Amino acid sequence: MEAPALVQAKEQPKLIVSIGPHMHDEESTAKIMWTVSGALIPASLMSVYYFGMPAVMVILVCLVTSLLAEAGMQWLLKKPITLSDGSAFLTGLLLALNLPANAPLYIPFVGSVVAIMIAKHLFGGLGYNIFNPALVGRAFVLVSFAKIMTTFVAPVTTFMALDAKTTATPLVILKEEGIARLLEIYHTKAALYQDLFVGNRAGSLGETSVAALLLGAAFLLMKRYITWHVPIPFIATVGILTWIFGGHDGLMTGDPLLHMMSGGLILGAFFMATDYVTGPSVRSAQIVFGICAGALTVLIRLKGGYPEGVMFAILLMNCFAPLLDRAMRSRVFGKAEAKGVKK
Amino acid sequence: MSNNVSLGTLFKNGIFGENPVFRLALSLCPAVAVTSGVKNGFLMGVAVLFVMTMTNVTVSLLRNFINPKVRIPSYVFITATWVTVIDLVMSAYQRTVYKEMGLYIMLIVAFAIILSRAEMFASKNKLLPSFVDGVGMGLGFLLALMLLGVFREFLGKGSFWGVQILPVKPLLIMIMPTGGFFAMGLMMGWLNWIDRKFFGGTGASSGGH
Repeated sequence: MEAPALVQAKEQPKLIVSIGPHMHDEESTAKIMWTVSGALIPASLMSVYYFGMPAVMVILVCLVTSLLAEAGMQWLLKKPITLSDGSAFLTGLLLALNLPANAPLYIPFVGSVVAIMIAKHLFGGLGYNIFNPALVGRAFVLVSFAKIMTTFVAPVTTFMALDAKTTATPLVILKEEGIARLLEIYHTKAALYQDLFVGNRAGSLGETSVAALLLGAAFLLMKRYITWHVPIPFIATVGILTWIFGGHDGLMTGDPLLHMMSGGLILGAFFMATDYVTGPSVRSAQIVFGICAGALTVLIRLKGGYPEGVMFAILLMNCFAPLLDRAMRSRVFGKAEAKGVKK
Repeated sequence: MSNNVSLGTLFKNGIFGENPVFRLALSLCPAVAVTSGVKNGFLMGVAVLFVMTMTNVTVSLLRNFINPKVRIPSYVFITATWVTVIDLVMSAYQRTVYKEMGLYIMLIVAFAIILSRAEMFASKNKLLPSFVDGVGMGLGFLLALMLLGVFREFLGKGSFWGVQILPVKPLLIMIMPTGGFFAMGLMMGWLNWIDRKFFGGTGASSGGH
């Protein structure tokens, strides 16, 4: 923003003129991005604990590729290179946490390239992307390499275990064989819930351990980087709708806890639906965003072709974020409506 | 626009300057729908080339007899006539491909590019310029479809014209509709970049379907 040329003599320094209020704050994009990345450390560590060396490799490839793609794209577009703001790092980490541990390493590579180059920079870079880059990256590899992306391995007991055992995620078992089979595997409901909570189950890297994710989410909520307006309605909607429609013996027989703790719901609701860029910013719009995303998730989980729908639900709702914002922005005060004028 | 434009310029205009798919951004849905393979793209392009040329010629010949109030239905009738011809020819000589994309052949009647050329060009110009415009636009469409087809078939199936080149299928998404949009967007951006960089152009229009 330059001062108008008429006023500005040559030797005068350029003044940046902006409209008040002028407030200075400690927060910056970089600080927020790195803090959110930090909040994902517990989940990342749990994934390494449960899936061992392959998890480390997937995370590393994602991070390195994302950073390289960001730098490369900014260099190509002749923009300042801003690796230190942590947004590419966060995208890479989120993508890694959304991939299965046994993925061949070209999958994190392709996913990161698509996420950063297409979903982020071709839409205009940080702050302009319509869709959450990490989720676009994951959707791209999920559709391209469907078979590998839906083959999950069971958690390993030793760090360097080589022969991982492929198995289905609880949601797949629930979808294809029903709750009875799931209880047969885990013996009791309590054991099932416990394994879901600590993360001892098959699934994408970061989505398994509910406890670790909630730890990070609580930290972000405490720091007020995210608010409850998106995640809580999101998760609550999934819980309520699966309770009503999820059961096989008619209405109100579903298992809400099972649905709320499995799949990528916790990760998606707290860390991806809350993205500042791709989500709405008006509070009431955020609540609607959360409820709709939850309803879509349940629709896909119960009626769709995929066992898990959090990713598609968030991506679909990303399109509607600007509309929701526009529809629900707060009233402008101090503007009088003409009364008594017939149109 | 035509009276003082040479036929050569008119011809090139359809292929480069106003390429139906990449510059005018018209008829994008068939361009996405049929380009999952080079062969389909080529045959679709040939069909459109034929219909485009013949419609332009017919509309140009009849332009003084068509009442302006009913010109759009008239164009559609003319287009439908030629589409029926190519539809019957294709169903006779290209059975396998026809089974796959016969629906889209019939849809040529509703293609934006054909109606728009009839309305914007052929109805205002003499026979020869209209013929050249039709051939140019048709070839432009054909080339665009083949370009997309090569790109998508290679990435999606690892093959060219049905012949396997790569041992694997690299990115399955590219032969799905989603991949069609990816390919279209990337290709259009790339061509715009070339145009801007080397020819000082301004980029494509906002388009229609």
